[in-house]
Amino acid sequence: MRISRDRLARRTMLVLTCVPAFLVLLILVGLFVRARPILAEKPFFSLLFSSAWSPLKGDFGLFPFIMGTLWVTFVSLVLAVPVSLLSAVYLSEYAPRSIREFTKPIIDLLAGLPSVIYGVWGVLLIVPLVGRIIAPFFGVTSSGYTILAGGIVLAIMILPTIISVSLEVFSSIPYPMREASLSLGATKWETVRHVVLKKGLQGIIAAIVLGLSRAFGETMAVLMVVGNIPRLPRSIFDGGYPLPALIANNYGEMMSVPLYDAALMLAAGVLLLVVLFFNVLARVILVRVERRAA
Amino acid sequence: MTPSFENRRLRRRKMEERIFRALMAASMLVVIGCLILIVGTIIWKGLPAMKLSMITQTPKGGYYLGKEGGILNAIIGSLYLASGATVLAILFSLPVVLYINVYAKKRSRLASLTRFSLDVLWGVPSIVYGAFGFIIMIFFGLRASLLAGILAVALLEFPIMSRAADEVIRMVPRELLEASYSLGATRLETALKVVVRQCLPGLLTAVLIAFGRGIGDAASVLFTAGFTDRIPTSLFQPAATLPLAIFFQLGTPFPEVQQRAYASAAILTVLILIISLVARGLGKRYTRHIIK
Repeated sequence: MRISRDRLARRTMLVLTCVPAFLVLLILVGLFVRARPILAEKPFFSLLFSSAWSPLKGDFGLFPFIMGTLWVTFVSLVLAVPVSLLSAVYLSEYAPRSIREFTKPIIDLLAGLPSVIYGVWGVLLIVPLVGRIIAPFFGVTSSGYTILAGGIVLAIMILPTIISVSLEVFSSIPYPMREASLSLGATKWETVRHVVLKKGLQGIIAAIVLGLSRAFGETMAVLMVVGNIPRLPRSIFDGGYPLPALIANNYGEMMSVPLYDAALMLAAGVLLLVVLFFNVLARVILVRVERRAA
Repeated sequence: MTPSFENRRLRRRKMEERIFRALMAASMLVVIGCLILIVGTIIWKGLPAMKLSMITQTPKGGYYLGKEGGILNAIIGSLYLASGATVLAILFSLPVVLYINVYAKKRSRLASLTRFSLDVLWGVPSIVYGAFGFIIMIFFGLRASLLAGILAVALLEFPIMSRAADEVIRMVPRELLEASYSLGATRLETALKVVVRQCLPGLLTAVLIAFGRGIGDAASVLFTAGFTDRIPTSLFQPAATLPLAIFFQLGTPFPEVQQRAYASAAILTVLILIISLVARGLGKRYTRHIIK
């Protein structure tokens, strides 16, 4: 009786354990099946690289949105990478235990704040900051709803990801390596640069890639501050219209215009493909780093 | 090398050390400052607009034009949605996590594939879960409803909860399992009565983390849960959610309604702060049954 119950549980759990792996595939397949009507009409690459966007005429060029996503992501990485790496080095190499204990909840909380909150905050603070101070400083007039505003908000959102993954990477570097460097007379920073950063390079790249993929898919916060203008952005003071924002903004009308829903599902599918690529890349690197440390 | 040259080099190296230390301290301040700035701004902007009616009333006619009412519908809707999704996510993630830690062999391919997939799922953007939830919804002929929203949010919470729970259960010492087997317990009994009990605080933390993520997510419910001014009374009715209420109120051109968006944002922030404090507290307490 007990054994048969155990066996039954074992089988159920085994089936459920296969769910995650299948779910990834299922989502991808589902999105592309729903996108088939539009793929049947136009080749995949012409949709990706066309800039014509007028759903009512049947033009669904995703290029401006893809570029919008790339611009915002790039700005956020430029801002977030130095800050988060320096913080991670400080926390892992310099900070006393008490500070490390104190900052952990802060970083967790930063990661746990809902994206709408980031969005509201961006509208309250970052958009006016960009519109009234930063843009005039560079001699540009701007409403503030720009790629730059989106990038700044995103940068803060991906800080916790990069910091916590890098911290894990740094902690996997054996301590004696650092001691060897210090005993040769290197300063603490030289040890960090030549031992910690060098040894952890792959892991750092993985951390950045994870941050990047988080930035790539972030929706609400960016949507609220980036302006949502379906045009190719030419500078960081232009408004942009990233892919996730496109999907989120048009869910209401997509069922009433032919092919619209297929185009949006295609956008979601493309988004997922890119994010999957980066995630798998980062995870493969991290697994290798972990194995080497063990 | 002359001593003065040597001295200069040493001074330069020390200088470099100091510069980078300063940069690190500055970065740390930026990180901490950001959190304080965000929470501070939201609360500071939200408090003046906060009225008791915000959390005790549903929107009355013309609420989005600045008339009377509150966002009780969204608060309740969010709680329903996140609770339902969390329960659903537990039902899926607990067996998975128990399987890869108790049943699977030490270096099982399946276990590492599952961990890998969970990590990948963890990185899937919530808007994609929303779109996928929408596809499921259409597939089963559902309309935008509490149920569809629960499904989408459960998908989003599943990898978060599983990964957090896995981290905890992985720490259970192997000897504890073996002690249980040697007393004649089956693996199922060991899993439920030893592992789960041993990890209870950590598991609760994992559940709360997922719950917090579920309650704050907007992109996944945008397509699936719909929006309504009423409090849903069945699974098949649409449900309002707090993040979307914030988003819609902020999107109106009326300053009074935007003020309410700030107040709603403050409510959501406080809710998230409470959840994460409780999660943190649970990790420390309820350690009665734990064998160290």
